[in-house]
Amino acid sequence: MDAILLAEQALNGLQFGLMLFLLAAGLTLVFGIMDMINLAHGSLYMVGAYLAASVATASGSFVLAVLAAMAGTAVLGALLEGSLLRHLYQRDHLHQVLATFGLILMANEAVRMIWGPEALSLNPPQALSGPVELGAELFYPAYRLMIIAVGLAVAVLLYFLVAHTRLGMLVRAGASNREMARIMGVRVRLVFTLVFAIGAALCALAGALLGPLLAVQVGMGESVLILAFVVIVIGGIGSVRGAFVGALLVGMVDTMGRTLLPMSLRAVLPPSVAANLGPALASILIYVLMAGVLFFRPQGLFPARG
Amino acid sequence: MKKTIAALVLAGLASAASATDQIRIGFMSTLSGPSAALGIDIRDAFALALKANGGRLGGVPAEMIVVDDQMNPDTGKQLVARLLKKDRVDVVTGIVFSNVMLAVAPAILDNQTFLVSANAGPGAYSGEGCNPYFYAVSWQNDGYHEAAGHYATTKGLKNVVLLAPNYPAGKDALTGFKRLYKGQVVDEIYTKLGQLDFAAELAQVRAAKPEAVYIFQPGGMGINFIKQWVAAGLNRQMTLITPGFSADEDVIKAVGDPMLGMFNTSHWAHDLGNAENRRFVADFQKEYGRTPTVYAAQGYDTARLLDAAVREIKGRVEDKPAFGKALAAAPFKSVRGDFRFNVNHFPVQSYYLRQIWRDPGGRVTNKLVSTVLTNHADFYASACRMKPW
Repeated sequence: MDAILLAEQALNGLQFGLMLFLLAAGLTLVFGIMDMINLAHGSLYMVGAYLAASVATASGSFVLAVLAAMAGTAVLGALLEGSLLRHLYQRDHLHQVLATFGLILMANEAVRMIWGPEALSLNPPQALSGPVELGAELFYPAYRLMIIAVGLAVAVLLYFLVAHTRLGMLVRAGASNREMARIMGVRVRLVFTLVFAIGAALCALAGALLGPLLAVQVGMGESVLILAFVVIVIGGIGSVRGAFVGALLVGMVDTMGRTLLPMSLRAVLPPSVAANLGPALASILIYVLMAGVLFFRPQGLFPARG
Repeated sequence: MKKTIAALVLAGLASAASATDQIRIGFMSTLSGPSAALGIDIRDAFALALKANGGRLGGVPAEMIVVDDQMNPDTGKQLVARLLKKDRVDVVTGIVFSNVMLAVAPAILDNQTFLVSANAGPGAYSGEGCNPYFYAVSWQNDGYHEAAGHYATTKGLKNVVLLAPNYPAGKDALTGFKRLYKGQVVDEIYTKLGQLDFAAELAQVRAAKPEAVYIFQPGGMGINFIKQWVAAGLNRQMTLITPGFSADEDVIKAVGDPMLGMFNTSHWAHDLGNAENRRFVADFQKEYGRTPTVYAAQGYDTARLLDAAVREIKGRVEDKPAFGKALAAAPFKSVRGDFRFNVNHFPVQSYYLRQIWRDPGGRVTNKLVSTVLTNHADFYASACRMKPW
């Protein structure tokens, strides 16, 4: 166990956590304010990644690709909210789950029809494709550093937006007591559409940034959706601060667990048992974390509702 | 005398007419997602061999029913049930991943349908579990890795870290490598099957400071691993050895120049000099405009094995013992050169060392370097008591 490994894993955990935060921020607001379970959130992430890959191939500019993906997905999100999801707010959760699950299937098929079944490749900008030396013997991929920087910047921006702007005030009011906010004259419809569009844009940002690290493929949204739900349940539904803390916790626990758990098991168990048990335990660690948080704080770490 | 011959010919014609008028191939493969390139290459090469025969196998019109298992064992099970019950296929082939193979093989073999693998060659069917209906045209899962372990030993690499996905073929891979590797294994890391972000594992490898790293990461996993390996600067710190799967044309196309100089092991190379191979590579390039991979070579060989076996039994594929014996005799010339089935219906074949270089045409591709293991038989065959027909 040495310092370099710890430092590198901390950066990896931070990077993973920040990307989860981008996904969870939109999800938690939609869930918290509109009381709407949107399973199709992951589909917006997928669409964002596909848009980014297409624009990057067509224009050759990664920055342009990210911006276009965010804009395009935000518009799509707003259209989706205005046309379909709006009618689901008053329904119970089962209806919402069914309808948005249907959206997932439709989005996957649509993407398959438009872009084909094979995964697309999205490459990081050439300047960021190598490693950066951060200190003695600590090399870290430049691209991942950039992702960390962007993730932190967005977190600060969101904090400012939620804590210090009029829109943020309305959002917080909606999250803590939707009915009261409505009675006080908040134009909830407009707020809802705006929140949904912002959430979609953040999804697209995550999709575009993770594209070069993962693969742009049909169904990429589903696995990450589950993690995003874990994050908002840990953080407290409706709370952006909770999403931030929850995302970093999940990112760190998953990354550290994948290294440290097999290592420490090997110290106490025979190698063959440890080799089987280690990866299996590491992959359920975040769910153990969630269960633990729910046991002690059923409302999550930072409940939005008093 | 003339009359007898005429009668014999007529009898022959009559029996040919009463034989199957069509052979149905259930082709289930991974055709979507990050590892789609593997299934697509097997499918395209199989179709190429079929096309060269005018759509026939052994003179019998062949129908290829293509389905996509999405690398998902559950999807595979449903598709296989349909292939067996509704389409009533004579042969199932095309399966890429061992986890899918292990999920669907029992249903196929219990149904007494021939399962001719064009890729996955799991340990479960090569030893005690060998089956008269199971044939692997490709390799036993351990083969590539045994060759790599042998190569690492002869190169004098003193310690390595091993890394593979946590699924049957991943375990087979590391077992295979260790079998012929004499140095020290510093660490064995198992990743999730389908994992695409290897940041945590790369950090672990860096901390372990081995002389070399051996990975088995097929398809899209390998593409991502090698990209991230280079991005993390690990290519400057240690040697990376891979089986041919993680250094084939699909990976080279995605990663490019950073792979120059890397060594990998395989049972086939596109520059093997035999006549069958030269024709295969030229035809494949002409038809599809890309260099074939090992997967393509396996798909092509599978179609040609079926072609030769069906011809041998004059199209009577419903005579299962005869078909099985004809398959086991492997009466065809493989693009890999010498090839025969062992008692467990897994190949006895040579394994080669390839290196990635820039060919005179400026293309980054594999070059055949040397033979690592000659006429190598797998270590499971001795445990196989094949049931006689």
